[in-house]
Amino acid sequence: MSEFMLETQNLGISFGGLKAAQDVNLKIKPKELYGLIGPNGAGKTTVFNMLTGVYLPTTGRFFLDGEDLTGKSTVEISRHGISRTFQNIRLFTNLSVIDNVLVGMTNRLPCNMFESMFRLPRHFRTEKELRAAARELLNVFGLDEERRSLASNLPYGKQRKLEIARALATQPKLLLLDEPAAGMNPHETAELTETIRFVRDHFDMTVLLIEHDMSLVSGLCDRVTVLNFGTTLAQGETSEVLHNPEVVRAYLGD
Amino acid sequence: METLINGLSLGGIYALIALGYTMVYGIAKMLNFAHGDIIMAGAYAILLVVGMTGNLLLSVVALIAAIAFCVLLGVTTERLAYRPLRGASPLAVLITAIGVSYLLQSIAQLFFTSEGQPVSTGAAQLGSVTFLGANLKLSSLITLGLCVMIMTALTLFVDKTRVGRAMLAVSEDRGAASLMGINTNLIITLTFAIGSALAAFASLFYLMQFPVVSPTLGSMPGIKAFTAAVIGGIGSIPGAMVGGVLLGVIECVCQSIPALSPYTIAIEFGLLIIILLVRPVGLLGKKRREKV
Repeated sequence: MSEFMLETQNLGISFGGLKAAQDVNLKIKPKELYGLIGPNGAGKTTVFNMLTGVYLPTTGRFFLDGEDLTGKSTVEISRHGISRTFQNIRLFTNLSVIDNVLVGMTNRLPCNMFESMFRLPRHFRTEKELRAAARELLNVFGLDEERRSLASNLPYGKQRKLEIARALATQPKLLLLDEPAAGMNPHETAELTETIRFVRDHFDMTVLLIEHDMSLVSGLCDRVTVLNFGTTLAQGETSEVLHNPEVVRAYLGD
Repeated sequence: METLINGLSLGGIYALIALGYTMVYGIAKMLNFAHGDIIMAGAYAILLVVGMTGNLLLSVVALIAAIAFCVLLGVTTERLAYRPLRGASPLAVLITAIGVSYLLQSIAQLFFTSEGQPVSTGAAQLGSVTFLGANLKLSSLITLGLCVMIMTALTLFVDKTRVGRAMLAVSEDRGAASLMGINTNLIITLTFAIGSALAAFASLFYLMQFPVVSPTLGSMPGIKAFTAAVIGGIGSIPGAMVGGVLLGVIECVCQSIPALSPYTIAIEFGLLIIILLVRPVGLLGKKRREKV
């Protein structure tokens, strides 16, 4: 295992003349809970989109566990072990809760797509194993009871949890959470904090999260990076960075 | 009774074709107007194998050949004509599909001339059975039975297997599906393959009822099946089945009533207009919520 689970080197992207993000240098250690914060439009989700292959970075490179994944497709990156959730929940709303998780397991060996079409016995066996694994995962998030209901029928907080479960179903090394606490009340946020910590401990997961809720960030993240207008404003230990006058100014204005 | 069975079997054919339209629309988000011409291609494949022999066993071989040929053709057109346009405006893709349709028809004309060529699948010699006083053509019963089996298998495949689940996921949110590690291009190729295989079955069943092959053979069943898919709610698999069967039954009922038979096609497309006015998403289509 390399020293850093995720390392980005001068990662940046411009859309025409607009530099949406530039010179982003992240060094995230294994099992670290790392925060990416900044005002709206600072380029946080853009960074996620580069890290998952949705956008092709115009400059810089990024490495997962020492392996260069720059320029790879979304599917390849997902297979190499980066998975994510979305700012606006993007569950498969017409599929059941358990099917959402099973979709995340599509690529798990040992049964590929064509085998699942033609070699039925093996298909049914793996299907059974996957179902068991999916239920286990749902149990962790307290969703097993609702596994048969449609994802769209879950209450908001549970949809957020299901998105995390689905992301974990791809067996990632690095989990990207895009505003996991958005729209949650303080009670749900506290519960989510526990869930994320549990995921880190239980799955040995490295987590990079975007969040506006400072109580969650300061309670959860070991280190943070602050982006503003696409550039890095500050980074380091969470408590230090959050008291940095420049950071305060970026958030509150002069 | 006779009319009903004939209608159901014709409806089964429309449903098979409609499934091709609806699955490709649901998953690749495009209207593949060349789908009808895949049926035509399948029909020529059957013509080449069976010819005028009327040999039933040869018809089965011909079906397999047609499936192989249609799948190859469907996947090739997707790869060469549609994949480069992934992410282009829907209008560009639509026009490309119409272009592919004419291309396929012209190629068929080049090889086989525009003359209709008779083909004998042996369906006629199957004869008929008498059931409850009704004289039922065996070929219609076989068509109906196989259509039901194929549609059941397809439904099970989509609902119960991992690939089917991946298809549903891609159809809902292609971006999110690819971020979950699903190879969306492979799923789309597979969708075209399945749609084309269904079209090959439709070719044989169609020839069993209308045994003449011409380069424009696919146009009418193609457009009717498309109508069926829209009536049922495009993108919906059960919708395509319901729409297809409904259209087939209406067609046969209209044709059996002398006063109505000249207006059969007008009635079918009139039905489309009425259903779209009352329920724009089709019978089983889902209302689309605007994302906020």
